[in-house]
Amino acid sequence: MTPISRGFRGRRQPEGVAARLPPGQYETRDFPVLSAGPTPRVSLSVWDLTLRGTDGQSMRWSWDEFVALSREKITVDIHCVTKWSKFGTSWEGVAIDTLISEAAKAGVRAGPYVLARSDGGYTTNVPLADLTNGKAWIAFNYGDAPLPPEHGGPARLLVPHLYFWKSAKWVRELRFMESDAPGFWESLGYHIYGDPWREQRYAGDE
Amino acid sequence: MSAAVAGARIAWRVATVANVVRETPRTRTLVLDVPGWPGHRAGQHVDVRLTAEDGYQAERSYSIASAPEDPKLALTVEELDDGEVSPYLTEELKPGDQLELRGPIGGYFVWDVDTGGPLFLVAGGSGIVPLMAMIRHRNSALSAHAQAARKLPVRLLYSSRSWDEVIYRDELAGLVAGDPTLEVIHTLTRQAPEDWTGLRRRIDREMLAATSWPASETPRVFVCGPTPLVEAVATALVELGHQPALVKTERFGPTGTVS
Repeated sequence: MTPISRGFRGRRQPEGVAARLPPGQYETRDFPVLSAGPTPRVSLSVWDLTLRGTDGQSMRWSWDEFVALSREKITVDIHCVTKWSKFGTSWEGVAIDTLISEAAKAGVRAGPYVLARSDGGYTTNVPLADLTNGKAWIAFNYGDAPLPPEHGGPARLLVPHLYFWKSAKWVRELRFMESDAPGFWESLGYHIYGDPWREQRYAGDE
Repeated sequence: MSAAVAGARIAWRVATVANVVRETPRTRTLVLDVPGWPGHRAGQHVDVRLTAEDGYQAERSYSIASAPEDPKLALTVEELDDGEVSPYLTEELKPGDQLELRGPIGGYFVWDVDTGGPLFLVAGGSGIVPLMAMIRHRNSALSAHAQAARKLPVRLLYSSRSWDEVIYRDELAGLVAGDPTLEVIHTLTRQAPEDWTGLRRRIDREMLAATSWPASETPRVFVCGPTPLVEAVATALVELGHQPALVKTERFGPTGTVS
């Protein structure tokens, strides 16, 4: 039975705020940084992004080629598994749909699962269906400025409907896979899918 | 560890407060009895959930301060000025009160004696908490296997705003006095006692170069504190030649003030 915390009142959120908060989250106006190690720094002259198909076929964009793709402005709420949520964050990036259709022209075959790989060795897994139909981007601007390195710049994955560890910072490769495989945090006790509205924080959460 | 076992949900457990220890003006250690606690590794954290009379709930994460060998679970909590949960934990909670928690959580920012050393720890303010669990764990191991632990020397570089805000100050001094393989270097950033002869500035690259083991000795490095401190320290350590994979970090917010 849940014990009542004697004398605890808490801070009730206005209704509009409460409705936007997934269970167990609180709103912050700040933008906290959560990273497992040092912030990698890569020169844009060597940066590239690769989409690798299930058959090993791949497509690669240099920075200049990447930012020349059609870009979108995105305003979304984001939810970190460490409990904070931030409303109305504004980004600019390239839709994963755009990358997939460009890569398909070069014969890159998509698969049902994706493993994102980042500078510094970070990885995370996301089903393809969660990256397509306007649900995810590779973002390179935050607000109207280049995305700062500590927040994942030069470019990060943005999958706002999942916990934010899925939005891999410093992303360099999306690899299509036939079957799901856990990434970094997913191998260390965090949930394989990570839906904040179902509070799927840790392995075993339903 | 239990936290990583696929399929086993990490259950909410009812913890009972055994003791509340005043560490500094702004921090308290909650010593908890947690029936069924599955054990933890030094560096892990827990989720704490409070429930108001009308059913409203609030959750936050706190680092574990106690060694895995300790029969009671200790959390050290810093009171945040505009906090919703921390002022309740530090000001209101009394022995006998109950709260819910689940854990342990986190499988990366962890160290145990099997991981090896030397161990270089860098703390800013309440970032000391998970690092103290590592120091306490090593001390337990040192008592049991003195020879083995000598191969695991530890240095802690610890930045605080003032001498009064140094968490675990007396315990650290006591451990250092009895253990030549443990070194603690304090730096004070805002205020220092008149007779202070130690470091008196924010942690910078020069300070890290002077206090850390050289990268060639491949120390295991753990850095915990406010984001600007951790960013600066981790970046400087990589510049000094440390392998990024051996530098593990935990940043806390939401405030970004450097202590």
